[in-house]
Amino acid sequence: MEGELIVRKIKDGTVIDHIPQGKALLLLRLIGITGAEGYRLAVVSNVESRKMGKKDIIKVEGKELMGYEVELIALVAPTVTINIVRNYEVIEKRKISPPRIVRRLLKCPNNSCITNNDPEATSEFQLINQTPLLLSCSFCETMLNGEQVVKQLLGE
Amino acid sequence: MVGRSLISASELGRDQYEYLFREASKFNKSRPLLGKIVGLAFFEPSTRTYLSFETAAKRLGASVIGFQSEASTSVAKGENLGDTVRMLSSYADLIVMRHKFDGAAKFASSLATVPVINAGDGKHEHPTQALVDLYSIWKKFGGIDGLVYGLLGDLKYSRTINSLLRALDKFQPKKVYLISPPQLRTRQEILEKLKLPYEEVSKVDEVVGELDVMYVTRIQRERFPDEFEYMKVRDSYRVDQRVVQSMKEGSVVMHPLPRVNEIDRRVDGDPRAYYFKQASLAVEIRMALLDWILGGQ
Ligand SMILES: [Zn+2]
Repeated sequence: MEGELIVRKIKDGTVIDHIPQGKALLLLRLIGITGAEGYRLAVVSNVESRKMGKKDIIKVEGKELMGYEVELIALVAPTVTINIVRNYEVIEKRKISPPRIVRRLLKCPNNSCITNNDPEATSEFQLINQTPLLLSCSFCETMLNGEQVVKQLLGE
Repeated sequence: MVGRSLISASELGRDQYEYLFREASKFNKSRPLLGKIVGLAFFEPSTRTYLSFETAAKRLGASVIGFQSEASTSVAKGENLGDTVRMLSSYADLIVMRHKFDGAAKFASSLATVPVINAGDGKHEHPTQALVDLYSIWKKFGGIDGLVYGLLGDLKYSRTINSLLRALDKFQPKKVYLISPPQLRTRQEILEKLKLPYEEVSKVDEVVGELDVMYVTRIQRERFPDEFEYMKVRDSYRVDQRVVQSMKEGSVVMHPLPRVNEIDRRVDGDPRAYYFKQASLAVEIRMALLDWILGGQ
């Protein structure tokens, strides 16, 4: 793994590899890691990759990603591979598959959607297509594409 | 269908549409829903649809409870949609609901313990209007297949058009012309799911001679996100005697009503004017639907 040149191997935790260049910080935000949790965290950006040209890598010591977190990552970066490390060995490579239903995380772009107008109606999207990413609001059917998803997640 | 909600016109299959048409046309059960209660929750007012459902329910022997418009209920005082739906669902055997927000009926059906019929949710869907429309066409032509349809008007914000397209998609229309100014074209999320042969055109004159069914909708100011957009298109189409006279003999002009000025009143006397007959068929097809869902004997 090319990232080893910059950051040493982790003992126990997760290595998120093959992240599209520049998306590492977005992914961290997506899984709710701010740095304040106390995990030992390494973000390596713009590493050479045979497959991708340049890529990002994230290493989180002391945390194994949960299924839901993996799904969220898959939503915006389906190329990613997730390696679970125990005692310096990769014991599991998690297969990425995007969630079929995304609840609460995203806002419907339709202002007159019930989810934007009723405090009890929380947002829900169905996965229509993986690449390019396309989601559809479960209530009003308005579409949300990958660019919109990333913008929302970055708070733009 | 017994016990099920009806939120989108796409939820019914061709066989189910045809079953309802047949049931509606020969309905002769005597008060099959005696003892049932139908709840009408019209968060957005509509005298026509409200009365149509009320009449249908009462003709079936059911009792009706309900309200119309936000002003007449505690919804206006801040009680939320969810609480109202939960309350109604503990009183009634079925809820017929209209609401100004898109997706409200789906949301309500996720909370209700009884079936919910969507009687219009924002600019999303109005499946029972599509039932009325197709039933009217079935009555006139003996079927839905093989006809040429022209849907004219605001195709972008019209829930009626969305539902009609999805219902038509269960059949085999020869062709569906979507006739509207460019700003009011059918939304992509609706169009891309359709299998029926359609073509978007800007002027009714281009296709009027081919049509068996001309379906006209009104432009609804309240659906437009901004007033300026509305002002630009509000008088962009009008069906007058000249237009109707270039239609085939035996063809029909339909409209979900109420109209504003998109159909000239002088068209009313033309034999092709079918909208009043269409409106008169609303009760019997809604009776067939209520009876089906509530499993009347
Ligand atoms: Zn929505």
